[in-house]
Amino acid sequence: MRQRSLIAITAALSAGALTLTACGSRDSGDKSSDSGGTVVTIGVDAPLTGDLSALGLGIKNSVDLAAKTANKKKYVDGVTFKVVAKDDQAQPSSGQQNATALVADKSVIGVVGPLNSSVAESMQKVFDDAKLVEVSPANTNPALTQGTNWATSKARTYKSYFRTATTDAIQGPFAAQYVFNDAKKKKVFVIDDKKTYGAGLAGTFTTEFKKLGGQVVGTQHINPDTKDFSAVATQVKNSGAEAVYYGGEYPQAGPLSKQIKAAGAKIPLIGGDGIYADDFIKLGGASATGDLATSVGAPVETLDSAKEFVANYKAGGYKEEYGAYGGYSYDSAWSIIEAVKKVVDDNGGKLPDDARAKVTAAVQNVSFDGVTGKVSFDEFGDATNKQLTVYAVENGAWKAVKSGTYAG
Amino acid sequence: MNELPQQLVNGLLLGSMYGLVAIGYTMVYGIVQLINFAHGEIFMTGAFGALTVYLYILPDGTSMMIALPLMLVGAVLVSVTIAVGAERFAYRPLRNAPRLAPLITAIGLSLALQQAVWAWYPNATSAIVFPQIEGGPFKIGSVTIQTGDIFLFIAAPISMAILGYFVMKTRTGRGMQATAQDPDTAKLMGVNTDRIIVIAFALGATFAAVGAVAYGLKYGQIDFKMGFLLGLKAFTAAVLGGIGNIYGAMIGGLVLGVAETLATAYIADIPGMDKFGSNAWADVWAFVLLILVLLFRPQGLLGERVADRA
Repeated sequence: MRQRSLIAITAALSAGALTLTACGSRDSGDKSSDSGGTVVTIGVDAPLTGDLSALGLGIKNSVDLAAKTANKKKYVDGVTFKVVAKDDQAQPSSGQQNATALVADKSVIGVVGPLNSSVAESMQKVFDDAKLVEVSPANTNPALTQGTNWATSKARTYKSYFRTATTDAIQGPFAAQYVFNDAKKKKVFVIDDKKTYGAGLAGTFTTEFKKLGGQVVGTQHINPDTKDFSAVATQVKNSGAEAVYYGGEYPQAGPLSKQIKAAGAKIPLIGGDGIYADDFIKLGGASATGDLATSVGAPVETLDSAKEFVANYKAGGYKEEYGAYGGYSYDSAWSIIEAVKKVVDDNGGKLPDDARAKVTAAVQNVSFDGVTGKVSFDEFGDATNKQLTVYAVENGAWKAVKSGTYAG
Repeated sequence: MNELPQQLVNGLLLGSMYGLVAIGYTMVYGIVQLINFAHGEIFMTGAFGALTVYLYILPDGTSMMIALPLMLVGAVLVSVTIAVGAERFAYRPLRNAPRLAPLITAIGLSLALQQAVWAWYPNATSAIVFPQIEGGPFKIGSVTIQTGDIFLFIAAPISMAILGYFVMKTRTGRGMQATAQDPDTAKLMGVNTDRIIVIAFALGATFAAVGAVAYGLKYGQIDFKMGFLLGLKAFTAAVLGGIGNIYGAMIGGLVLGVAETLATAYIADIPGMDKFGSNAWADVWAFVLLILVLLFRPQGLLGERVADRA
């Protein structure tokens, strides 16, 4: 009996160990060669595994490319950058643990990430307490920078938080204007996943769409853990909607689009940057043709400033695509690098003792020509570049349809 | 247009899948009083087994008519191997241990299986596209049935019929009933209870594998986490129907599926309830139903009131 339970405990322990090593082996840390001087770390937090890993790995690789480029150019004299990437699996709880770990690592001077607004909420305070700067390439929820009452009275919550992405306060209305004015759809069914990002986007879309004179013929909230949206799809079909607006991300948007079309409603699904991913087309199948997504900035490929990034990324031999946020991630990392340069130059070529606080302050004032255009931050920490683009699925790929800025 | 018939069909389809998975919970519980929380993952590995056959064994472009039976075989092989392995190496050594020990082992096994697929199956870190059957949807009156759902529509009743026959009519099936009633007496009567328990695990895994292939065909994608929530729902279905009763599992699944679908579709129409009617609330209503049923029939819809022999 005793021996038996021993076997059982061993089995349980080895199963547990298996799980741990499985996680550990993916914990990537691409160390660039040290060329002397001070080594500082740029942390990355993004979903590197799970549903959203396609976007997260693009973020990690792009930051890695920025660090390598800075090292190669010897952009900051005497400072070598390295990248430590943490996987948050799109979970706020994991994000907070990663934030704590990054804060504890004394070499970390700034963090790029996360992908999800809900994760950012859990990290902001941890970073702010440590005066560690966080620049997100992808968070679009307005409350992260402008406070929960952003619609009526804007107030910056955390001085250490910045983002290069445009907010939903602009993205939702931009989509509404496109749907109403350009696509000429007057009746829309609005669905969201109840997460910070999805619900926020659906909310700003709905407000603007109604203001324009459009009609919201139905609303639904889905559970992001399931794949069965048949009941919702049937409702959409019977509502007589001409389009579906979905606030959420591609792992649900793909099957949702597919099930809506299969139910017999041949209407486009429109979403935000969360569905602007190749995996959306993969999961949505052939019926995804005609679906639309808005994403922050102009298409990276069309910008002159981005050609170098795209070429370097290809030359870097990264396995994964840079994805929707590659350019923004590179710019986020570069804004930290610029800030470090400023701080080091001001301190006579050495990193000061309170480098974290100094870098945070310096990020506020950076201004440079990045991959996605001019990069600088306003008084809330939001990007001053407020360009957006509508993309449509054509022949199994996203194609830019219209670029523009949202003007009130 | 009246959408009720369509929503009922949606619910029945979802429920059939819950039912197929619920059988595994109910059979294992009926015989060894173990809630096999790894069953959701056995379901998940079945889907990956089917995908492996399609992607890596069959030549590219094989017609689904030929591929589907072979994928089913692959799914069943993988699921049964893992279920029987789990029984032999994880649960059997703990058979005489306190009940909590195998329960915790089951949870650990569930996590280990998820992470193993995530770590070692190619590209399994995100959702993988599952092959689809060609051809458009079918219309019966105002009801549309997707091509991918046809398999589920046919497979679920056939599986149930076979299972019913097996348990009620065959010698092994009667051995299972005997073991469920009283394992010690069954052993004295010459029933090989170890063998019966293995068969119960294997049968449960087989139905989970059928359900897994149906899941892939229905939703067009599978991922390493797919078994978790579905497993929980299937377990709920088993409890709802009366755990230990195989017909109860199927009925419980159907009731749960229909309840979720109708809650999504109609609760919001009740005045004052529009906040509580969305798809995100469907789970809440499903569990409200479970609680109500258990309040009035603690043994479940078809369960028998038996003395707990713990």
